[in-house]
Amino acid sequence: MSSLQFDIAHLLAGSLVLASFMMLYQDRLYALLNVYALHAGVLALSVAWQAYVQQAPHLYVTALIALVFKAIIIPVALHRIIKRLGIHREIENAIGIGLTMMAGIGLVALSMVVMLRVTPSADALAREDLAFALSVVLLGLLIMVTRRNAVSQVVGFMSLENGLVLAATGAKGMPLVVEISVAFSVLIAFIVIGIFLFRIRERFDSVDVQELDRFRGERR
Amino acid sequence: MSIDALSAILLIPALSAALLAILPGYRLTAKLNVAAALATFLTSLSLFVVEPVSGQYLLMDDLNKVFIVLTTFVSFTTSVFSASYIQHEIETGRLAPAFLRFYHAMYQTLMFAMNLALVANNIGLMWVAVEMATLTTVLMVGIYRTHEALEAAWKYFILGSVGIALALFGTILVYMAARPVVGEGLDGMVWTVLVKHAAQFDPALLNVAFAFLLLGYGTKVGLAPLHAWLPDAHAEGPTPISAVLSGLLLNVALYALLRFKMMLAVNSEAIAPGPLMVTMGLISVIFAALMLYRRRDIKRMFAYSSIEHMGIIVFAFGMGGPLANFAGLLHMTMHSLTKSAIFFAVGHIAQVKGTQKIADIGGLTVTNPALGWGLMLGVIAIVGLPPLGIFMSEFLVVSSTFARAPWLTVILVLGIIIALGGLFLRIGAVMFGEPKGKTAPAEASYVPMFTHLGLVLMAGIYLPPVLVTGFQNVAKLLG
Repeated sequence: MSSLQFDIAHLLAGSLVLASFMMLYQDRLYALLNVYALHAGVLALSVAWQAYVQQAPHLYVTALIALVFKAIIIPVALHRIIKRLGIHREIENAIGIGLTMMAGIGLVALSMVVMLRVTPSADALAREDLAFALSVVLLGLLIMVTRRNAVSQVVGFMSLENGLVLAATGAKGMPLVVEISVAFSVLIAFIVIGIFLFRIRERFDSVDVQELDRFRGERR
Repeated sequence: MSIDALSAILLIPALSAALLAILPGYRLTAKLNVAAALATFLTSLSLFVVEPVSGQYLLMDDLNKVFIVLTTFVSFTTSVFSASYIQHEIETGRLAPAFLRFYHAMYQTLMFAMNLALVANNIGLMWVAVEMATLTTVLMVGIYRTHEALEAAWKYFILGSVGIALALFGTILVYMAARPVVGEGLDGMVWTVLVKHAAQFDPALLNVAFAFLLLGYGTKVGLAPLHAWLPDAHAEGPTPISAVLSGLLLNVALYALLRFKMMLAVNSEAIAPGPLMVTMGLISVIFAALMLYRRRDIKRMFAYSSIEHMGIIVFAFGMGGPLANFAGLLHMTMHSLTKSAIFFAVGHIAQVKGTQKIADIGGLTVTNPALGWGLMLGVIAIVGLPPLGIFMSEFLVVSSTFARAPWLTVILVLGIIIALGGLFLRIGAVMFGEPKGKTAPAEASYVPMFTHLGLVLMAGIYLPPVLVTGFQNVAKLLG
């Protein structure tokens, strides 16, 4: 593999991690959705580049799904849901942004250390990809943990799935079964979430998960 | 492709799910649901007669045969219970008839997903099936649309998805480890191929993969500290779903874990998965046992008891060896039967009394003798008193591990005893105290409950030799 090919793949995967970081400090829902669209767009580029490098045409399908479904349809739909539910307000973070960013840096360092150490025999591209993918997954988890709002938790979950797609495409020659399943699960997850959001709105007139938390635990 | 029993246990639930989704009228669909579950169970029994051929996608060996028969049997009895439970919910107006079409279709979809997870020979396919089972149960848990039900479903959905995402990452890592040895493409995900070549896989990569798989599927098994979704999901969903969750879905996730454990066992340089599983199992047992003391909701209480028992089972499998594996398998079977019987009783009790609060239920043995004594028998079984089946399996777990790790076994026994105290403390007033709440006679179907309890009693007194040799074969397979 030429070093240019590697560099571009590296650049794209790295940008995905950067986009994850950008999601960490967004404090408005619309802005968060826009960054998510960017995240999915970068993922589509990265997957398409992998398809080219590995000469695996079926990966173009995955890239297309990422572009059309994740970067366009879902953000637009969520925009509409937010407008219909009338929640333009700011996202409440459970912990401060500075602390969140520090935790994010720590997680990325952790995933680099873990993944690079256990994959010395794999080829360089797959190694880097896997390390970046794990970072994106962990950052997605961090977003889910630090947000109190249902919509932003969902966005966090979707960015986590993007990390999984990056890992799956980085693993050369991985059977299509899994790629379809990943796209499929995102679709189902989205439907489920959509239904949930509407019901939550019906019942609570809010999508703030803290509203739900009032009922946590034992009923007395 | 000809249709053998292996594909039939997938096709029957899949087709009935489609059929139940379009048919109106809950009386008819409830009966059809039972019929479909019975047909699946009978088909699974035929697996003992004609051994189907394993392929690249589907697999049949002694291990999953046990799981499949148990799963299809409990789903059949639960569907019988569900029919009478649902009728009551319709009459009291807690569930609208329109939701029932959805409920029954989802029930069969769940059966399909669980069976698929059990017969999948492809680790990617297995992951898809577990994810599908998770999503269907999320929808079912939220079916009552109350605050609590929605919160439970949301929590279950978020935690379940995170778990399932980690499991997928682990699956990808397994493929990465397999690729240099078995080559690219489909073979790298076929479990039988993986096990054959696992000895040459990169051990470091396998270790990390197993860590992710343990966290991912462990969330679904309900191991502490990843169990947070479990009590809510059990307490707020319809009781037949609580029975299926506790009795079956936890087993399915455990099965996935066992498959990967078998793979790691082949590679001598990889870490031994046993100690990790033993640790998580023990933490679950102790934690759940202590939590039993402060429960106010009867379904949540038995949900914590499920965490405790999954802990015991994971402990037994973690210790490994033919005897401990045998004990783990037996305990899993006994727990599935007993816990679903308990939920059958609890479901009817909650309907009669109109509440799930322990403080508001009292004197059941006087007001509703059959239900009260049925639940009492179930509780006696679940805490592990002789002569019932769980006593025997817990005794086997303890005796088979005591020589190897006395201190760990002492902790386990301590957990079991603490749990016994907690359950009896809470259940005493419910059974024998002042009669409280409504005293209307129950319109219950007792057959599923007493069938399960009868089987558990029988297993405690006499285990048929056929069953013993069958379990011994599986235990050897597990290594």
